[in-house]
Amino acid sequence: MAAGSRVSSSSKRARLNIFAGYALAAAGALLGAALLVLSLLRPTLFSGPRGVAQDAVSPVTTVGGEVRSGSLGILAGIEGYFRAGAQNARLKREVELARIRLGEAAAVQQENQRLRGLLGLAQEGSEPVAVTRLVSSTAASPRRFGYIGVGSSRGVTPGMPVRSARGVVGRVLETGRSTARILLLTDSESVLPVRLANGEAVAFAHGRGDSLLRIRLINLGLNPLKRGDMFVTSGAGGYFPPGIAVALVEEVTDDGALARIIADPAASDFVAVEPIFQPQAVRAAAAEPPSLTE
Amino acid sequence: MERLAPSARRDPYGSRVGRRHSALVASVVPWLSIAFGSVLPIFVIATAMPIAPPVGFIMFVCWRLVRPGLLPAWAGVPLGIFDDLFNGQPFGFAILFWSLAVLAIDAVEARFPWRSFGLDWMTAALLILLYIFAGMIVSGAVLAGPLFVAVIPQLVLSVLLVPVAARLVAALDRLRLRRWRRAA
Repeated sequence: MAAGSRVSSSSKRARLNIFAGYALAAAGALLGAALLVLSLLRPTLFSGPRGVAQDAVSPVTTVGGEVRSGSLGILAGIEGYFRAGAQNARLKREVELARIRLGEAAAVQQENQRLRGLLGLAQEGSEPVAVTRLVSSTAASPRRFGYIGVGSSRGVTPGMPVRSARGVVGRVLETGRSTARILLLTDSESVLPVRLANGEAVAFAHGRGDSLLRIRLINLGLNPLKRGDMFVTSGAGGYFPPGIAVALVEEVTDDGALARIIADPAASDFVAVEPIFQPQAVRAAAAEPPSLTE
Repeated sequence: MERLAPSARRDPYGSRVGRRHSALVASVVPWLSIAFGSVLPIFVIATAMPIAPPVGFIMFVCWRLVRPGLLPAWAGVPLGIFDDLFNGQPFGFAILFWSLAVLAIDAVEARFPWRSFGLDWMTAALLILLYIFAGMIVSGAVLAGPLFVAVIPQLVLSVLLVPVAARLVAALDRLRLRRWRRAA
């Protein structure tokens, strides 16, 4: 390795230059600290330049997203060859069960329609605002943010839920013109009201920063959860429509469970941005000091 | 009259006869390579876990360690601003910590003017460790056990990346000083 750059020089000018460099570096550190405090206090302050920067790289990240989902597909294909026999038998059993369940579901749907008719409720079928790719995420930061390929120019606004074909991915946090930053479910600031898919248990799903969610039941008591139980959105809070798949229980704990997210961002390529489920409820909640929205 | 031996006409930077360095390439390569490193982690993968190393920071530290004094001491400010646009941390984080890293590296350099690559690697590893943990604390993430476990693969990857990045910086440095221009 090279020896030090800082040879003690008899040239006054050289020494002054070096000193000025350090003074500038120290000033830079102070500037950084000030900006850091500022952006911790007002997290949306610098979203403008960030949005522009994301817009600038989005053509390349979009290609990256395509390559990523493509390469995952190839790996899954190779894996499939190794497990073809056992998988075939298992799938046959599953299909039989699924046919039965489908019949049941049709019956339930019919009943549901009848009851809705009795109550005079309109069918809740919201059209997605936009369908796009999940182009990238902040893979080097402990915060879990993702970027999608549409922004304010297509009517995306902060707060809108983002889902893939499998389930909930996250929520729009801030928008650029042609990209938007989303808070992924696994971020440690993310909290989502959920309920058990086939039961009564209601809970909150907190992100942990790794790929698991922490499920905390609201009614403590006997823990009804089992490994493999599925959680879906409950619709509380007004952001997400009810009934979207969120996570599968992996490990039961004292006050709930640890659950694995169903829509892993690494495996999601196309995502849909949906309108906020109950804008009035969200506005009413935002009238109080915002706490969970950041 | 002094006469160059034929073997002395070429060096690793190209022919020495009638060729000159390009001032533009020589000054721009370090900055561009670090900026590219800052953008790189968001291309690679979209994950549920932080896994990609902070490539921009590693490149910055390596330039400073492999070629001390090439980047000015204030380089952490503009490069940090650029990194902050992409790193997902609160704005100002990279400006602060890249500037502090320069000061820390120069303190090490003043203490050990002649040092081995081992020491450089250790310095870089320590800086990366502090950088990632400071990132966790500052990011507003809830500090709990699982987050510390989740960060380990990223940490190991980052430390292992240092020698690779140092070789890359050395190669880029040769590219930087190549004699591109034909002297008129």
